[in-house]
Amino acid sequence: MAFDATLETTPDAAIITLSGELDASAAPKFRTAIEQAAESSPTRLVLMMQNLDYMASAGLRALVFAKQKMGSGVELYVIGAQEAVAETIELTGFQHSVTMQSEYQPV
Amino acid sequence: MTATDPGVGRIDFYPTHQHAGYKMRAGKPFPFGATLVPNGVNFSIYSSTATACTLVIFDKGALTPRAEIPFPPEFKLGDVYSMIVFDLDPETLEYGYRMDGPWQPEAGLRFDESKILMDPYARVIGGRDVWGVVPNWDNPFQHRSRLAFDDFDWEGDVPLQIPTEDLIVYETHVRGFTKDPSSGVHFPGTFAGLREKIPYLKQLGVNCIELMPIYEFDEFEHAHVDPDTGAVTHHNYWGYSTVGFFAPKAGYAATGALGMQVDELKTLVKELHRAGIEVVLDVVFNHTAEGDHRGPSISLRGLDNKTYYMLTPEGYYFNFSGTGNTLNCNHPVVRNMVLDCLRYWAAEYHIDGFRFDLASILGRASDGTPLSNPPLLEALAHDPILAKCKLIAEAWDAGGLYQVGSFPAYNRWAEWNGKFRDVTRRFLKGDEGTVAELATRLAGSPDMYSGRGPTASINFITAHDGFTLADMVSYNDKHNEANGENNGDGANDNNSWNGGVEGPTDDPEILALRGRQIRNAAVMLLTAQGVPMLMAGDELGRTQHGNNNTYCHDTPLNWIDWSLTEKNADLLRFFSHLLHFRHAHPVLRNRWHHSGYDYVGSGLPDLSWHGQQAWRPDWSPSSRTLAFMLDGKHARGGSEPDQTIYVAFNTSWDTQGFELPPLPGGERWHVFANTSMPSPEDICAPGEEWLLEEQAYVLLGPRSSVILVGKPTYLA
Repeated sequence: MAFDATLETTPDAAIITLSGELDASAAPKFRTAIEQAAESSPTRLVLMMQNLDYMASAGLRALVFAKQKMGSGVELYVIGAQEAVAETIELTGFQHSVTMQSEYQPV
Repeated sequence: MTATDPGVGRIDFYPTHQHAGYKMRAGKPFPFGATLVPNGVNFSIYSSTATACTLVIFDKGALTPRAEIPFPPEFKLGDVYSMIVFDLDPETLEYGYRMDGPWQPEAGLRFDESKILMDPYARVIGGRDVWGVVPNWDNPFQHRSRLAFDDFDWEGDVPLQIPTEDLIVYETHVRGFTKDPSSGVHFPGTFAGLREKIPYLKQLGVNCIELMPIYEFDEFEHAHVDPDTGAVTHHNYWGYSTVGFFAPKAGYAATGALGMQVDELKTLVKELHRAGIEVVLDVVFNHTAEGDHRGPSISLRGLDNKTYYMLTPEGYYFNFSGTGNTLNCNHPVVRNMVLDCLRYWAAEYHIDGFRFDLASILGRASDGTPLSNPPLLEALAHDPILAKCKLIAEAWDAGGLYQVGSFPAYNRWAEWNGKFRDVTRRFLKGDEGTVAELATRLAGSPDMYSGRGPTASINFITAHDGFTLADMVSYNDKHNEANGENNGDGANDNNSWNGGVEGPTDDPEILALRGRQIRNAAVMLLTAQGVPMLMAGDELGRTQHGNNNTYCHDTPLNWIDWSLTEKNADLLRFFSHLLHFRHAHPVLRNRWHHSGYDYVGSGLPDLSWHGQQAWRPDWSPSSRTLAFMLDGKHARGGSEPDQTIYVAFNTSWDTQGFELPPLPGGERWHVFANTSMPSPEDICAPGEEWLLEEQAYVLLGPRSSVILVGKPTYLA
């Protein structure tokens, strides 16, 4: 399925909703969305992943990019990641750098 | 646009050349390998004898190249071809090289332009992404160089720098540790699976894990394939045959299929460090997977054969490794590659140390002559980046060089002490004439390491090469038929003893004897000065059914059976208490050899030897008893308070009484371990030692050992 990333901003959070397959060809689109999100200087970056079916290494690299781009003061939320995607994040240790939730609940 | 904008501000971000739609400019010769630079990838490759070089670019997994870009002559500096290619996607890129040059084997030149060669500096290697998936042998490029990223978040992790004398090393195999379904982990046989077992390692008490080779190797090298079923029966399971020195084995990562083995391995290292466990890599620089002249041209052979390999005057391969070729380690270019590699692993993966397989080869000159002052070993010893890394030599090679005790150490290298293994085994089975040497080994081998201290001695009784501890007490002879070499492979000098029956038995007396012998070995290993190393699974009584050379079996023969944690819980408990006892007692972990004198005025010498009579060890050839006492007031040269410890061994078939040396200051002897007792009386938790009723002597049953601790009675 084709990848899509849509950005929505609220007063304190930037929410990117991801769908399809996040592979190398899709990653630039995701990075663009992250860069746009950074412009609104949110305190939280929320990634809605319920409809993301697959994430390749390029996707993980984009998550790392998001973390670095937003800075340490911005909480990164990964919401509703499907099992395979969540596993990829955990196997590579990135779950320590983000808050993983099944439903978005700001801490 | 501003001057700080990395995309446009500098002239060197622009291409100067074009080829078939690709934009390039002259690259940077250093560093070797493929490196991400702004807008592109810098490729740098060395060959002293090639006449031309072509970069070959693939999309991930594709059978045919996407492009071939010859290096323009002006892109070569010295013997290095370097080029920046712009607008490549590092996520999907695989690359290799074609080298042109003469095919003159007798002159050491084996160029073949039809071959696509892997970059020896490749940080990630594709082609064996998932362990055991049979590769497409028609693929012209089996091991494919890829790029790695340096964006891992270490979260403040730094190598632990545990003092060497405080280490307890645990040798294991990434796959074998959790591959068996009994491991219960989510991703068996992987770095992630090993990560799930960190609580077990902590509970056991090890603080250093030594991983058998994890550099990319080919499990299908020399694989036996059944022509009818296609099933692979013999793998290169151990991995002592490197394909690429800079790349972690993809097949050891649950994320190898996604190409994320780098992140997964770094995560393992980070979490081991968090648990207080160091990571030492078993590295193989003595030879490569290219084998002899009949082997494949994977990389070095086709790039610059006579630089990288030791060659005979006729152009054939010297074989000091027993595996076909020998890396030409003291050639300056190869020396730099080894140094670059280790620096990379120390810096990029936070690795704490390295164990060098057949390290004596690293001290040989290009013609094979052992060097008295080998530049590679000296360079490693004094390298600024490796300054805090442990360097451990397997101080021999297959060419007959045996350097245990004489390895060129530069006051820096430690050694696998093969003599410790041999004499402890011989004493255990009751051989005569072993007591005097045993004492020297238990004291940290001052005969060999007087200037270097006991930390130069990595003490072990078992390792991947040879019997497991349980098999050492269950077999007189090796049983390697499953290896398919008519039992001709593997060592014959095992110094093992089966206790009366070869192999499995139901005889309770023999089983009890074997249980004691395993425990006696553990007591020797963990009360000796020096650094103890255990083989994974020995604490569980793991068997390889008498096979002492299981290099080729990707089967339960090599996999840890985790049900043994229940079945042999008593043995695991014994080991765990013993390991924690060692951590609790600095007197067991001196940095320097003992003097035999009382230099702190405690009334006892730092180390003293005893026998059935206190202060009177029996050094005669027929002696099968030995005891020693370590005075707690002398722990670490008198700098750390500790209790006094007395350890006695009786390897005769009779019960023997040992007269105990009296303790000064009203302290009394307490029993920590007694291997002649059934579990759980064979050992207690450290600190819970019970008072010995009779303080003047202790009885040791047949083939048993005791550990006593001196402490004031009110502490009991």
